[in-house]
Amino acid sequence: MGLLEVAGPIMVGPSSSHTLGALKIARFAYKLMGIPEEVTFVLHGSFALTYKGHGTDRALLAGIVGLKPDDTRVKDAFAIAQSYGLKFNFEVSDLGEVHPNTVLVKAKRGNIYNEVRGSSVGGGAIKINQINGVDCDLTGEFPTLVILNRDLPGALRGILECITYNIANVYLRRVNALEGLALTIIELDSNIDDETLKKLRTNKYVLEIYNVKSEEGENLGIQ
Amino acid sequence: MVFSDLLTIWRNTGLEFSEIILAQEMMETGRDPVAVKRSLKYLMDVMLEEAQKNFGKPFKTLTGLTGNNAAKLCASKPRVLSEFNWVATVTALSMAESNAAMGRIVACPTAGSCGVMPAMLYALRNVKEADNEGLLKAFIVASGVGNVVAKKATLSGAAGGCQAEIGTATAMAAALMTYYFSHNPETVGHASALALKSLMGLVCDPVGGFVEVPCVKRNAIAVNVAIACAEMALAGIESVIPFDEVVEAMYHVGRSLPESLKETGLGGIAATRTAQKLVESIHKTLNSGSET
Repeated sequence: MGLLEVAGPIMVGPSSSHTLGALKIARFAYKLMGIPEEVTFVLHGSFALTYKGHGTDRALLAGIVGLKPDDTRVKDAFAIAQSYGLKFNFEVSDLGEVHPNTVLVKAKRGNIYNEVRGSSVGGGAIKINQINGVDCDLTGEFPTLVILNRDLPGALRGILECITYNIANVYLRRVNALEGLALTIIELDSNIDDETLKKLRTNKYVLEIYNVKSEEGENLGIQ
Repeated sequence: MVFSDLLTIWRNTGLEFSEIILAQEMMETGRDPVAVKRSLKYLMDVMLEEAQKNFGKPFKTLTGLTGNNAAKLCASKPRVLSEFNWVATVTALSMAESNAAMGRIVACPTAGSCGVMPAMLYALRNVKEADNEGLLKAFIVASGVGNVVAKKATLSGAAGGCQAEIGTATAMAAALMTYYFSHNPETVGHASALALKSLMGLVCDPVGGFVEVPCVKRNAIAVNVAIACAEMALAGIESVIPFDEVVEAMYHVGRSLPESLKETGLGGIAATRTAQKLVESIHKTLNSGSET
């Protein structure tokens, strides 16, 4: 926390936890896969109780169609989502032992399906704590690669060899033993270039790759 | 960094206080002071732009509990308030109501207290014809004051009660006005201490948990507290207790407040019979009404 976090950020109201944080969680899913065709938001705890009165529903829709936290159109997110033909649904459910302000975003486009679970932990800060069933602990402020890869010896090494950037965190878990699939989440200090992305895409262990970029000043609403 | 350390640097160097704050920020976060100054200017410009756009307008807020207060005060000729106080009060209501209506705001220092700083900025610019450079320096100093609270205590209503949000906003706004007129960091320290002391113990008790009642009107009251505290400090009135110690005291008060008085919507005015009836009716409307 510094001067800019105290004096900002620029956002749409009414609440940093309920609109800004919610928007950022959904926007993470948008940055992961673009605008989906169908999305379900599963709201937990305090989010489940108050999401309408706090505009959390609009903030989530705004995030999933890619609006930034300071976009004045956030309040019109229902109409914008409809204009994209997005099918959306809000569900209330108990997601278990998670932060009270937690939402699970289930997004589908064609045969791509992703789940992102995040918590709005106060002051607009978020924690992305699960992606496609794999636990992680991301602030969403750093570039992140989400890779579905073959669960084979040498797979992680093969993937990491493509990356010359400094790696902050790596999460890896087998997701399907029968099909031999693992999910690798890599948090980086800086965005990767196109050449690196291409190398990863064509890597023999990599089946799917999602590149969640970070944009300068994005989280402060500063240009 | 505590406020007294910043004052010591100022006494030893005599440098422009806003530059000392930016240099300190570089030491702590590694951020380029020129870039930070530019970003702070952008935040200030957005506040002024939104204040101008929203001044005295009616709003359709999420719950309908507020929305017409700015417009009412704007339509009413003040009996005793000075023009400066009146403009500041209308602006604070306008920005807090815009926040409740999902308008664009600067969370300076938080969304719930987003009306206080733009109210002071806008009144200084529009009533006192404040120059941009002077306003920016004062805004940087105000942000430095807020940063001291963030570092040594908390800005979160859920952690420290309303005193942490509105209290800090008020201390910042008092700092802004005081620095603009005096350029004296010691006077700023007194104004900020007076402001934070005035709102010490203020609980966070939003009806239904929504950032509307009493948040909107508290923003309006807070800027008047800030004006009075700044005016006192500018007259040479000193806070007996230094700002850093007031911040510590506020933190301890926040820690000792029960959870029911920290943004849970379970205590204070949120627990009144009328509040509970209103919340019941809001939930009915929200759950039966159309999504759009």
